[in-house]
Amino acid sequence: MSAPAVVAESVTRRFADVVALDDVSFDVRAGELFGFVGPDGGGKTTLFRILVTLLLADSGRASVLGLDVARDLWAIRRKVGYMPGRFSLYPDLSVEENLQFFASVFGTTVEAGMPTIAPIYDQLAPFATRRAGALSGGMKQKLALSCALVHHPEILFLDEPTTGVDAVSRREFWDLLADLRGRGLTIVVSTPYMDEAGRCDRVALIQRGRLLGVDEPAAVARSFSGAVLEVRSRERYRALLALRAFEHTDTVHLFGEWLHYTDRRAGNGIAADVVAHLRTNGIVADVTPIAPTIEDTFIQRMGAPEAA
Amino acid sequence: MTGVAIVAKGLTRRFGGFTAVDAVTFDVRAGEVFGFLGANGAGKTTAIRILTGLLAPSSGAASVAGFDVYREREAIKRSIGYMSQRFSLYNDLTVRENIRLYGTIYGLSASVIRARTDNLLERLRLGESGSKRVGTLPLGWKQKLAFSVALLHQPRIVFLDEPTGGVDPVTRRQFWELIYGAAGQGTTVFVTTHYMDEAEYCDRLGIMVAGRLDALGTPHELKERFGAGSMDEVFLRLARSGAPAGAAA
Repeated sequence: MSAPAVVAESVTRRFADVVALDDVSFDVRAGELFGFVGPDGGGKTTLFRILVTLLLADSGRASVLGLDVARDLWAIRRKVGYMPGRFSLYPDLSVEENLQFFASVFGTTVEAGMPTIAPIYDQLAPFATRRAGALSGGMKQKLALSCALVHHPEILFLDEPTTGVDAVSRREFWDLLADLRGRGLTIVVSTPYMDEAGRCDRVALIQRGRLLGVDEPAAVARSFSGAVLEVRSRERYRALLALRAFEHTDTVHLFGEWLHYTDRRAGNGIAADVVAHLRTNGIVADVTPIAPTIEDTFIQRMGAPEAA
Repeated sequence: MTGVAIVAKGLTRRFGGFTAVDAVTFDVRAGEVFGFLGANGAGKTTAIRILTGLLAPSSGAASVAGFDVYREREAIKRSIGYMSQRFSLYNDLTVRENIRLYGTIYGLSASVIRARTDNLLERLRLGESGSKRVGTLPLGWKQKLAFSVALLHQPRIVFLDEPTGGVDPVTRRQFWELIYGAAGQGTTVFVTTHYMDEAEYCDRLGIMVAGRLDALGTPHELKERFGAGSMDEVFLRLARSGAPAGAAA
């Protein structure tokens, strides 16, 4: 097995009295599509900025492609592609001018980068002369990805590339990432959307500067401790309130069409007991055990939301 | 409040040769949680700007809270609340100052503002944080506060434009419970989201594709109609069927 593409050891970073990253350690394997999943303010952007040498950690060490992020910054910058979370292209330049600009900054040309970016750029080509600022959200993301790839990097850092992007464009964007990964590129990506975690080889759950776990998506979901019951009722909100008032309820959450419920007790017969409790409240429901999702695990591990 | 909160009939808006909203017809019932979905550039924002009195339509008819979108736009603005992820509150003002500012803008008296402020802070369990600058609050709290402030003048309809983007999964759910609470009191909620699990939380959904409203119904109905297991799938099929690439509305 080749050397890891990224190694982070106890990386910590504070901003005044806020601990943005708290003793974060992980590694990314070469060729892996590795995802950081968590809400805004979790530390994802700070971590990415440290890894692409735009920010120094207060303590701990990190390396990218075997190069130290604090000492070897110029060597790293030539080898990484970075797509920041905020739209960072020039809105007044056209699609092709943006690409030319980023290519020239890295001392290369759009033509030389074309083999790498062609699968993405082909979708943008009809709009080559359009101002970048006048593109739709999904197309902006594809242009930003093209600009991050034009110098043929060995590793790609994408900070929330799909935030604010509609569900269809998000899916297409992940299809592009899967294709790039298939061509051997190492990709580190962050997202606030739990449903995107499944598209990664491995995911790190991140919240308030701490890693809540790093594993393959299926293993993260399986690591949920206890059993999740799905409560199916046409009166979802009333059922939620009734279960909040149930003495055996551990947690109950809205989950898409239905509710996810965990009980303080262990053992058989719990589902029937929940059905009976709801019935005494005049609510008809089906209650069945289901396999937990990554979002269930995240909620379980994140603890109480931050106080105001 | 009973009856219909929003009616749109053949609502159309053109920008030059581009039809951003194309003969859209739907209604939203009073007290309903209505989800308004669509790909980026499908015309959602233009439609919302018309329904909130910020933009006149090119043709067609619509009324919001009983007021006409051509002639009674100021009355519409007084009857609705609005929040988005981008524009919500002033970071450099405290929680109480933000509430007072919005209350004053909506013409509430000082005593009403004071009473509703105390009530709002207590309901959100923000009592200790009234004198904190909003910029120092976690995102989820800002969004919960912004929602409550949008309801301060007790509007009949509240428009929420991607209210939960980037918020953690527990706070996101707490936000939806605030929405249900408001709907339970009779407030009509018109909400956009990119989270497909949140589409399931709505009573009914309208889905925009390339300027047209291509689907309208409860999440359950839409899934049955499209033979789909999830709203994600419904959305994918619809949007793939008609979305033009590239252009923004």
